[in-house]
Amino acid sequence: MTGIGTGTAIEIADAVRRGERTARSVVEGYLAAISTREAEIHACNTVLAESALAAADAVDAAVGRGEDPGPLAGVPVALKDNLCTRGIATTCSSKILDGWLPPYTATAVDRIVAAGGIPIAKTNLDEFAMGSSTENSAFGTTRNPHDVSRVPGGSSGGSAAAVAAGFAPLALGSDTGGSIRQPAALCGVVGVKPTYGLVSRYGLIAFASSLDQIGPFARTVDDAARLLEVIWGHDPMDSTSIKSSPPDLGSNQDVTGLRVGIVEELTDVDGIAPEVRAAVEQAAASLEAAGATVDRVSVPSCTYGLSAYYLIAPAEASSNLARYDGVRYGLRADGVDVADMNARTRAAGFGPEVKRRIMLGTYALSAGYYDAYYGKAQKVRTLIIRDFAAAYERFDVLLSPTAPTEAFEIGAKTADPLSMYLSDVCTIPTNLAGHAAMSVPFGTGAAGLPIGVQVLAPALGEPVMFRTARALEAAAP
Amino acid sequence: MADPISRADVLHVAKLSRLALTDDEVEHLTAELAGILGHAADIEALDLDDVEPTAHPLPLENVFRADDVRPSLDRAEVLAQAPAAEADRFRVPRILGEAP
Repeated sequence: MTGIGTGTAIEIADAVRRGERTARSVVEGYLAAISTREAEIHACNTVLAESALAAADAVDAAVGRGEDPGPLAGVPVALKDNLCTRGIATTCSSKILDGWLPPYTATAVDRIVAAGGIPIAKTNLDEFAMGSSTENSAFGTTRNPHDVSRVPGGSSGGSAAAVAAGFAPLALGSDTGGSIRQPAALCGVVGVKPTYGLVSRYGLIAFASSLDQIGPFARTVDDAARLLEVIWGHDPMDSTSIKSSPPDLGSNQDVTGLRVGIVEELTDVDGIAPEVRAAVEQAAASLEAAGATVDRVSVPSCTYGLSAYYLIAPAEASSNLARYDGVRYGLRADGVDVADMNARTRAAGFGPEVKRRIMLGTYALSAGYYDAYYGKAQKVRTLIIRDFAAAYERFDVLLSPTAPTEAFEIGAKTADPLSMYLSDVCTIPTNLAGHAAMSVPFGTGAAGLPIGVQVLAPALGEPVMFRTARALEAAAP
Repeated sequence: MADPISRADVLHVAKLSRLALTDDEVEHLTAELAGILGHAADIEALDLDDVEPTAHPLPLENVFRADDVRPSLDRAEVLAQAPAAEADRFRVPRILGEAP
């Protein structure tokens, strides 16, 4: 694939900082890769060619003055199109925000730019990050760069495909129930869902606020670490931002004495493809060979994760998406009065999956059903947190598949919402618990497409998670 | 166990959600929501009377900032994004009904 020859993000940044490569030449190379294959892949809603070249020239000028542009010097970064960028269209792949220009920039994006990174594209997603295939976009489906008849996963499918296709060495996504990890697995790249609160959500357009978290996509584990270290840390603009200093991700892959548990409820269940289960076994065996101990562990309430998630996330979404009312920004349809205008605007602006989730969430929160659905789901969330806590008394990290299968055919699951929701069965429990998890490419499936193994860690367990991920990366077939 | 969702439920929830649905959408959603809520029957059946609910993964405390004047979003930039604006305000269709 194009772009691979241009090196890792760390190599690019180091070369640009030393003046051995210009940021302009780096950006031109990636823009060329985009123009070669974007028509086929459709990873991008907007390519930021002009502003990226201007930013590259600014980085080169800084290097020329003897200044250090920062740890992402000259590195192109693709941004999921639900991250606000001031004066640059931010659509959430929804007609309701088509043409909207945000008046501010997300903190994570500001930090990338301050570190010398260069936003190169806004990437496609399932509308408002609701989906697992990027087929719910109002602007067309993104295709998997490994096989364009298949989905890239979702909802951050554009970001995953951009990194896999060599459109950018790094990308940002958001993960509410697996929307970074699942597309990373299907596209054969690294994807990280950081601990809830580690990365500021300021400027991330809200889907389910108690679950959403921004995180990196990269080709290598160390590149993902480099990006995470740039974007994390306390932000007064996000009241749920963790105040303590971020952990040290280290740089080694030593797993000697590490206690690794394979989660039975996410691995040894119906619906997980045999070759996906085999990849998890092989990954565990490689850790064992490197000095870790491996055992099976039961996290019983994970069985109920999917049901709890598909009540909690839509409930929060139904509230968060109430703001799209045709008054302050975005689309407005005509109506005889305000309520009629609101209802017609939302009917015209939202796609079928967003409407479905707003309806589901409103129902789950409505009088008479609150206790049976939303209240019960919140209690299941408590059980999941308790069960994980018990597992982490005996294990340092947990392993499972990231997604049940390799990438599926475009259109295979669009007729049945439940079958699509099942794509997230392995990733959802982490969001409900607020923990960290990441997907590392590990082998291929029956169709020769990438498989991801998921490494799960407790809250702020990123150091041990990255150590394990490096060991898996080194051992991957 | 809650009752299965009906067409009347869907119409009521659509009103609460401010969504002007077509008849076709109402029909589809009645079946789809029933299917999804049917999947959630597994947690409806759990006995969780002694379990506290979790609304949020972090222990949240209210955050205050100093009561200082700070720059905020530029008014002209914000209003430029509005579907309709007039005299530094968002313009909307009629809010109140006709006088009796």
